[in-house]
Amino acid sequence: MTTRLIGEPVERREDARLLTGRARFIDDIRLPGMLHAAVLRSPHAKARFTRIDAAAALALPGVHTVITHEDLGTANTPMPLLNEDPGFIHPRTHQALAPGQVRFVGEAVALVVADSRYLAEDALDLIEVDYAPEAAAVDLVAAAKPGAPLVHDDTDSNVACRTADSNGDIEGAFAAADFVLREELRPERGAAQPMETRGVVARYDESLDQLTIWDTTQAPVSARGVIADKLGLPEAAVTVIAPDVGGGFGVKIFLVYPEELLVPFAARMLGRPVKWIEDRREHFIGSNHERLMVHRIEVAATTDGCILGIRDHFLYDSGAYCPYGPINAQCAQAILPGPYKIPAVHTEYEAVYTNTPVVSPYRGAGQPHGNFVMEAAMNHVARALGLDAAEIRRRNLVRPEDCPWDSGRIFQGNTPLIHRDSDYPAQLAKTLEALDYAGVKRSQPAEREQGIFRGAGIAFFVEGTGISPYEGVEVRVEPTGHVHVTTGYPSQGQGHHTTLAQIVAETLAVPPEQVVVESGRSDRFAWGVGTFASRAAVVGGNAALGAAEAVRARALELASDELEVAPEDLVLADGAVHVKGAPQMAVPLAALAYAADPINTLESGTEPGLRAADYYRSPDGAFASGVHGLIVMVDAATGMVEIEKYVVVHDCGVMINPTIVDGQILGGTAQGIGGAFYEKLRFDEAGQPLVTTFMDYLIPTAMEIPPIEIHHMESRSSLNPLGVKGVGEGGAIPALAAFAGAVEDALEPFGATVRAVPLDPPAILALIEGRCEGRAAS
Amino acid sequence: MAGQQHTVRVTINGEDYEGPVEARLLLSDFIRHEAGLTGTHVGCEHGVCGACTVLVDGAPVRSCLMFAVQADGASLETVEALADGRTLHPLQEAFRREHGLQCGYCTPGILMTLKPFLEANPAPSDAEIRKALSGNLCRCTGYQQIVAAVRRAAAMLRGEDP
Repeated sequence: MTTRLIGEPVERREDARLLTGRARFIDDIRLPGMLHAAVLRSPHAKARFTRIDAAAALALPGVHTVITHEDLGTANTPMPLLNEDPGFIHPRTHQALAPGQVRFVGEAVALVVADSRYLAEDALDLIEVDYAPEAAAVDLVAAAKPGAPLVHDDTDSNVACRTADSNGDIEGAFAAADFVLREELRPERGAAQPMETRGVVARYDESLDQLTIWDTTQAPVSARGVIADKLGLPEAAVTVIAPDVGGGFGVKIFLVYPEELLVPFAARMLGRPVKWIEDRREHFIGSNHERLMVHRIEVAATTDGCILGIRDHFLYDSGAYCPYGPINAQCAQAILPGPYKIPAVHTEYEAVYTNTPVVSPYRGAGQPHGNFVMEAAMNHVARALGLDAAEIRRRNLVRPEDCPWDSGRIFQGNTPLIHRDSDYPAQLAKTLEALDYAGVKRSQPAEREQGIFRGAGIAFFVEGTGISPYEGVEVRVEPTGHVHVTTGYPSQGQGHHTTLAQIVAETLAVPPEQVVVESGRSDRFAWGVGTFASRAAVVGGNAALGAAEAVRARALELASDELEVAPEDLVLADGAVHVKGAPQMAVPLAALAYAADPINTLESGTEPGLRAADYYRSPDGAFASGVHGLIVMVDAATGMVEIEKYVVVHDCGVMINPTIVDGQILGGTAQGIGGAFYEKLRFDEAGQPLVTTFMDYLIPTAMEIPPIEIHHMESRSSLNPLGVKGVGEGGAIPALAAFAGAVEDALEPFGATVRAVPLDPPAILALIEGRCEGRAAS
Repeated sequence: MAGQQHTVRVTINGEDYEGPVEARLLLSDFIRHEAGLTGTHVGCEHGVCGACTVLVDGAPVRSCLMFAVQADGASLETVEALADGRTLHPLQEAFRREHGLQCGYCTPGILMTLKPFLEANPAPSDAEIRKALSGNLCRCTGYQQIVAAVRRAAAMLRGEDP
């Protein structure tokens, strides 16, 4: 019989190595003759320099080289621009090493290679650069104004990109409104901060002219293309391998970070392996950030709370360059209306250069921002109209009977946001019930009289997932009977090897232990893009299903010849093909794989082997959805918040492995809570980062994250054969808004209106004392 | 700056290691790069994240906050010592069964924090477990499945079969 594996909580095959210290992360790689690199980084947010004096560094025993922009030649041309935007005015991408001008504290200026990392860091202190500091543009709002110091001197403004998108009759919506809400909302700057920082190891084999790069990237295949291009090598001479990677969350996908080019360059130049491991301070200043936007939103509503239209003009802090395109702004504007049936939406964003580290996606990629804006606006419209926060949501939801319902918004990858396969009213009802929302509301008046400030918050989310481009998977049955599965996209903890094995093993009716999975190595499978945007299960999973189904069809065809029985009378079970109703008439897959490689009789024009590759792209993407609801208690004396209950109602379609799905939701929610309450990056007016350690950037611990209650609403996606909707980011997206809504509800007696996150205790005290309207203290 | 070499003798997981090191060499770097035991991970190098936690004479210590020379004469225990050959320690087994890890980078430090904790407190409450975990950052799991794993490990160590 075929064993059902898709949908089962199969234990992860990844775990034994990770638990016993036998995994191989980037810094665990040790090669004979390996040297160690350290990066000299700019201490100024904006400065010019003409001279880098490395003589003293080079004189230090054990130092092998100091590489500056002048040494790189054509390898230092600007990096590629991803995610074109129709509104680009001044696209500017970074270079591996700053050529005479630095634009943020942390920008790479030189690379030292030495016998040890300790020596390499000693050498950094001996390099002299004749920096001439200039005025920096740091504050987003100020940087966007005419006359601000320019981040790029060859532009006339820091506005990199100005883009508008409209659907519906926006003027008509506002003309028909009984009430218009206008306000400024501000999600602050944060960062992914995986527990493993970035790292690169490179080895150049001169005799074979082969460059091998181990890289903590989420996109090894794409990185290989950029590195080969910059180094002037054929792609065939470059292999990029993502080893075990200690978390990514978006920050480890970039094409490419300077070190991804500099370390291979140095290895080739010196003829010796070179390792660079980022330290945590470098990660705070040399890796990408996320989050800061300033939205000015207008919401047109009727007196009964029906939202007629939204205008949202927002500024997006791009950092010093915009190589990823304004992707977070694109996602924020696309996802803005969430699950609500809003007839007219107009969005306009300006991506703005500032003298701060580059901004690129972090779990949710702009969706937490768009979600915070929409959900906060919902709360504020409700309050203005005297409606309950849950009730106004209920009145505006897209209902199952409306579907498919085209929101008119276009998500990343040119994917139209069309609502289907979800029951938003049922999600809301489940949340309210699980939270005992009515009970909280009933108790509030009496509690408030006793000085108890308890509040409930709810936030919906719709999460764009499964976006273009494609991924591919090859499935090959070996003559040993093992099934070899390869794909290009790597894992950073998601358990892809387990879930891919579940899909392939079920489809081919083999025990999962027979399935061997390899991923994230460009020498094994060099097609596809990478792991991001909650897309692996959707694009990779369906490619695995397609490849396994093709192998199954081929196995039936081969067995049909062997057994002289029509394929439709054959079934796969227990690693063999047998005749229906006659399991003794069987041929093992291993024998079919052997027979499929007819060494002496292969006919030209046919392919050997029992194998197939499939490539999957979902033109309409996929969309997950759900609701977060929580109850908080705010201590009005200290500004501390205790989360008493946290409920997640989640619909990610078919769950390939429910335990792994829960892990994704729980982890994402914890990151969302971090962004809502604890985590914020700050700079002084000169652009100096004020948060560069975990003592300043407060990642929540087990004490701060409450138990989270998950309710699955598993409705199959009609958009792909597996019926999956993606799950990576849904936990993180609505947590900001839900937390803000709960705090605001708790502090309603103070007239508090939350307009910014994170809400740290000083910001909450400011709300209570009415000192500022929800602007987080900075 | 590079300087004088000092001889360090330590026992790690029952084996003796001896070598000349600079005074500035971190214990974490000694364990990983001199002794070659890469199961101990380095997350922040400023003593907050707990990924580098090892046992020094039985007590959990952040090995990034100690110099190797300070460990001279000590007996160290790292994650590599937990399993008995191919048989996982109950803590490891419980983490596997409860999905107490995702990327697995913080996991060795968490396991080494929990081993003495469960020895001292064989039947902890959830609140006690969370407090014990509060010096170890995990960015993947949100801790809930770790807490469940610790509950299960405690039961296994008490000889119960949860």
